[in-house]
Amino acid sequence: MVPLRLDFALALRAFDVELELDVGAETFAVVGPSGAGKTSILRAVAGLARPERGAIACGDELWFDADSNVDLRPEQRSVGYVFQEYALFPHLTVEQNVAFGGGRADRLLRRLDIEHLARAKPPELSGGERQRVALARALARSPRVLLLDEPMAALDPHTRGTVRAELHDLLRELSLPTLLVTHDFEDAAALADRVGVLVAGRLRQVGAPGDLLGSPADPFVARLAGANLLTGVAAPAPSGLTAVLLDAGPTIYVADSTSGRTEVVVYPWDVSLARETPDDSALNHLPDQIVSLTPLGNRARVRLRLLTAEITAASLERLQLAPGDHVVASFKATQARLFSSAG
Amino acid sequence: MRRAFAAVLAVATAIALAFLVLPVVAIFVRVPLRDLLGALGDDVTRDALRVSLETSAIAHAAVLVVGTPAGYLLGRKRFRGRGLVITLVELPLVLPPAVAGIALFAAFGRAGLLGDELNALGVQIPFTQAAVVLAVIFVESPFYLRGAIAAFESLDGSLLDAARTLGASPGRVFARIALPLAAGGLGAASALALARGLGEFGATIIFAGSLQGVTQTLPLAIYAQFEQDFDTALAISALFIVIGAVLLVALKLYPWFRFVSISRSRFAPST
Repeated sequence: MVPLRLDFALALRAFDVELELDVGAETFAVVGPSGAGKTSILRAVAGLARPERGAIACGDELWFDADSNVDLRPEQRSVGYVFQEYALFPHLTVEQNVAFGGGRADRLLRRLDIEHLARAKPPELSGGERQRVALARALARSPRVLLLDEPMAALDPHTRGTVRAELHDLLRELSLPTLLVTHDFEDAAALADRVGVLVAGRLRQVGAPGDLLGSPADPFVARLAGANLLTGVAAPAPSGLTAVLLDAGPTIYVADSTSGRTEVVVYPWDVSLARETPDDSALNHLPDQIVSLTPLGNRARVRLRLLTAEITAASLERLQLAPGDHVVASFKATQARLFSSAG
Repeated sequence: MRRAFAAVLAVATAIALAFLVLPVVAIFVRVPLRDLLGALGDDVTRDALRVSLETSAIAHAAVLVVGTPAGYLLGRKRFRGRGLVITLVELPLVLPPAVAGIALFAAFGRAGLLGDELNALGVQIPFTQAAVVLAVIFVESPFYLRGAIAAFESLDGSLLDAARTLGASPGRVFARIALPLAAGGLGAASALALARGLGEFGATIIFAGSLQGVTQTLPLAIYAQFEQDFDTALAISALFIVIGAVLLVALKLYPWFRFVSISRSRFAPST
């Protein structure tokens, strides 16, 4: 018995969302750009939007079936829904919010460490606190399915890391079929067992986060996962390599083989930076200039004119980098992946 | 140049203020407080006050009881012809009150649209207190409905959705979430409608007449006393100004708009 079985088509203004997906007792993240139809999937599962055709079943319970005209109302479906920006009732206290669906709030308030906020009202809370209240409220009716809509989006960068770790532990502990929707691949990779990339209502690729990073189905998936995307023209080069004359000017060497117009995918964490061209095994050394620096905890994202690199905070410290500096970006021929452009 | 413009603005504001305040002040200058209280003891005034309070209370209760759910439907549901329905609801706002009186006659009069049905039931409406109630409902309900539609329309839909996913029936969502969150807008609309209903004149005098103790409301009493006893007319007018001021101040002071600011604080930086 599959805990949550989705197979439906839902018409949106610009396109249809078509989904065929079985979710076990796992966290499945739907990642995609805004407007891809992510929230609509959650709304259909919760009964807030009605698909044109198909079926939605939770275990042996049929929630929706267009053919037999089954359509359970939202209050009849056992879902815990954490809305985008949490949708807490502003006129009720935290305790009343959590107890709104019936049942007692105290156990969940304790579990999520928000007992001390029981009498506070949502407008007084911080983003992280609101997220916990929303989770407690969604779990209060012991739902059979958990739906999370951009649970991290309303948080500022400082609390993001801790909140993500806590949410990860909570989801493991619950082991409920969970559908999580996010535009951020990092959040998806950190929280989910499987990730599906949704583009214009359709799943482009489904897999474990590592699989999507390691073998993206297409440049779009790679870009969503955070990769640099370079375009150029490929031609065979000596010793089985492929030379790609980038549109931006320089030529790089790649182990994949193809010819003609191509897109090159390089992950930022595979790019290293140095002041001078280093004498190492990397085949590709691109002189470039720093546009901006963004610290991310123990790492830093360095945006160059041509591509983006991710280096450790220690390297950043050692190299004393600053915007405007000239550096050399290096990566191995095996660390770049080619996708020939169709047509 | 800039200073000249600032002066023009200040002068325009002063003229507007003086023009609006002067007549109000004039009433209180003409009526000493003692005479005002004396005039309230007058038979005509007492009858008119009683008729006004009774008819307004019934009419306002009817407007709230019917208008609130109707406003919820029109504010939240999207359906074909919604724009037309809302326009029809607003139509009485732009009708001259006298036209409203004639229209009520045409509908509920002895020879009106529902005349035969009402005659068969032995019900006669024109020139009774029921006629006053109908006239007041007709002119004040668009004010309430408009406010109620706007109040429900501005609710964050995800709050209502969230309540549904937490097991609440549509009725419970309305009572526990929509109603309390729209209370500010509903209260403001209610006060505005009440003020309009209390001041109703044109439709009432045509449809209900001006019988002292039966259909003569405060505004009708002012008109009746205008030629006989100007001081009583002034005293009732002063009473109106006091009622109006109390309603306005209540509107400004009561923290009805508490919930309106919540959408902003939702994006407050976390600490």
